[in-house]
Amino acid sequence: MTRHTTLIGKMLIALLLTFALSSAGSSYATHAQGGIGQPAAPQGDPTGATTGTAKDVTVKDAANPTIGEVMDTVGHNKIAINFVWTLLAGFLVMFMQAGFALVETGFTRAKNAAHTMSMNFMIYPIGMLGFWVCGYALQMGGVGAVAVLGGTAPLNHEVTINLFGHPFGLFGLKGFFLSGGTYDVGVFALFLFQMVFMDTAGTIPTGAMAERWKFSAFIVFGFFMSMLVYPIFANWVWGAGWLSQLGANFGLGHGHVDFAGSSVVHMVGGVAALAGAIVIGPRLGKYSKTGESIPMPGHDIPMALLGTFILAFGWFGFNPGSTLAGSDLRISVIAVNTMLASASGAIFSMFYMWGKYGKPDPSMMVNGMLAGLVAITAPCGFVSSFWAFVIGAISGVLVCVAAIYIETVMRIDDPVGAIAVHGVNGAWGVLSLGLFSDGTYGDGFNGVEGTVRGLLYGGASQFVAQVIGTVTCFVFIFAASWVFFKVYDLVFGMRVSPETELEGLDVPEMGVHGYPEIQGPATLVHALGASSAKPPAMSAMAAERSR
Amino acid sequence: MKKIEAIIKPFKLDDVKEALTGAGIIGMTVSEVRGFGRQKGHTEMYRGGEYTVDFLPKMKVEVVVADAMVDKVVALITAAAKTGSIGDGKVFVAPLEEALRIRTGERGDNAV
Repeated sequence: MTRHTTLIGKMLIALLLTFALSSAGSSYATHAQGGIGQPAAPQGDPTGATTGTAKDVTVKDAANPTIGEVMDTVGHNKIAINFVWTLLAGFLVMFMQAGFALVETGFTRAKNAAHTMSMNFMIYPIGMLGFWVCGYALQMGGVGAVAVLGGTAPLNHEVTINLFGHPFGLFGLKGFFLSGGTYDVGVFALFLFQMVFMDTAGTIPTGAMAERWKFSAFIVFGFFMSMLVYPIFANWVWGAGWLSQLGANFGLGHGHVDFAGSSVVHMVGGVAALAGAIVIGPRLGKYSKTGESIPMPGHDIPMALLGTFILAFGWFGFNPGSTLAGSDLRISVIAVNTMLASASGAIFSMFYMWGKYGKPDPSMMVNGMLAGLVAITAPCGFVSSFWAFVIGAISGVLVCVAAIYIETVMRIDDPVGAIAVHGVNGAWGVLSLGLFSDGTYGDGFNGVEGTVRGLLYGGASQFVAQVIGTVTCFVFIFAASWVFFKVYDLVFGMRVSPETELEGLDVPEMGVHGYPEIQGPATLVHALGASSAKPPAMSAMAAERSR
Repeated sequence: MKKIEAIIKPFKLDDVKEALTGAGIIGMTVSEVRGFGRQKGHTEMYRGGEYTVDFLPKMKVEVVVADAMVDKVVALITAAAKTGSIGDGKVFVAPLEEALRIRTGERGDNAV
């Protein structure tokens, strides 16, 4: 006690002495400088009013700045704001991986927790490497100059074929390994942003195939998604490919418009999830002999709710970030639309379940909020707050109806509801853009003059473009994914053995329990012959305890 | 010497423990168990589907007491664990042949 008091006393005295000496020293310096006629030492700027002035503009001769020099600084600042915005938004989207991991693991059973979480964890590095190797080049290699990022000029090679007298962009060819002349700040900023979007699509199918998918099969799928199937569809919509040019080439509105990825990210993930869930089949015990669906509750509802909050937070990067420009002040409208749709989605799904089944059902509140977010992702830039609310409200009911229809009528087992949330509501999102876009934004989008208008605002051809985009997304992604899953299943097998599935995938697939204390200690697992891991020596543990 | 086994509602554990310690019972063993009686299970709801939970969580309290104490302890447990609604649980009493305190080697009533 006394030692503590002395120590604290000494520290206090030292602190006071330091403070006294430094203030005495600075006042001495001021007097000395003032004495010999020099300006006073610089003062702080507590209000910030005088920080950042003309002297922060880089010019050769401060007395005679040229307009060119000033313009350079203004331009650099604008692009810098866009860079910071795009990168920070990308960081937020990256954190959505954590949200997906929590939602999917919460909605699956405790015996598969380590396996489900590991898939959500590893899709991030796997997808990133695949995207770096060739995904990015195929997707954005021919996008041309992205003006808001100051150029990205090196991305200039799109492979096209001629159909009906017009070029059809199929995929890009610049930016493999981010080399070959693409060592460029704009190209890198765009890479980060597009990479985290692709990872979002990649992690969606892990939920639909959870609790029965071989980890090795998942890894191969991760590379297939990030290197091939996602980049090609994304190229068609965002990389100057043929769907984006339907407007310029055929007069269909602004071509297929998807502001932040209802189709490119969510529908792609949801349709791949559908194909995967069909090929892999339902979990053991999911359907009775008469075909009735048997509920298999997730093991951690609070975890799923927390994950949804993280996803809703990350969506502020997903949608407003898709301007790629902090200098585009439409970001406030986009952010508000995004949160409104998430609110009406959650509320409408809650009341739907409450009214129809008697309880508000947390698992569907979660999916309702996510459905609202997925649906508003495409139209967020183009609609008023009223339509954002309506889009979210419809998606909240749609997700409940779709999830239960898929589970009980189609008898496709999707443990987390990924197909209903991302597939069905992704399609609803891009179609709603074709209905409700109000013509206040999007001048020059996809190289078409004028703003983006939906069916209700006189833009019938825009709706046609949205339908073509939606159908193309479903057909292409379903066909490509189904063939991949089917072939892989025939050659290597997608599914773990029934014994593994019943025991839980954690130890047979990953070597460790998600929750050893609940699932049984390692020694017990060893005794039952379920693991080849050696138990810790009991003698060593006893010696430790007696110390 | 008798062994008293009480299956009670989990949230009644504290009441039962306090009633027993208040009466001078200085040791007991509890475990988390699952089971059902007349109450059967109950139904829960997940994504629009109802399902039955057959085995409900209960606490099992085990106390070993001298024969003279049995009636009193059973009465205390019954009073403390009672809510009056279905699913309150049961108390079982069984004879016990022997008890031994490992540390000292004492046997019989002295060991409990």
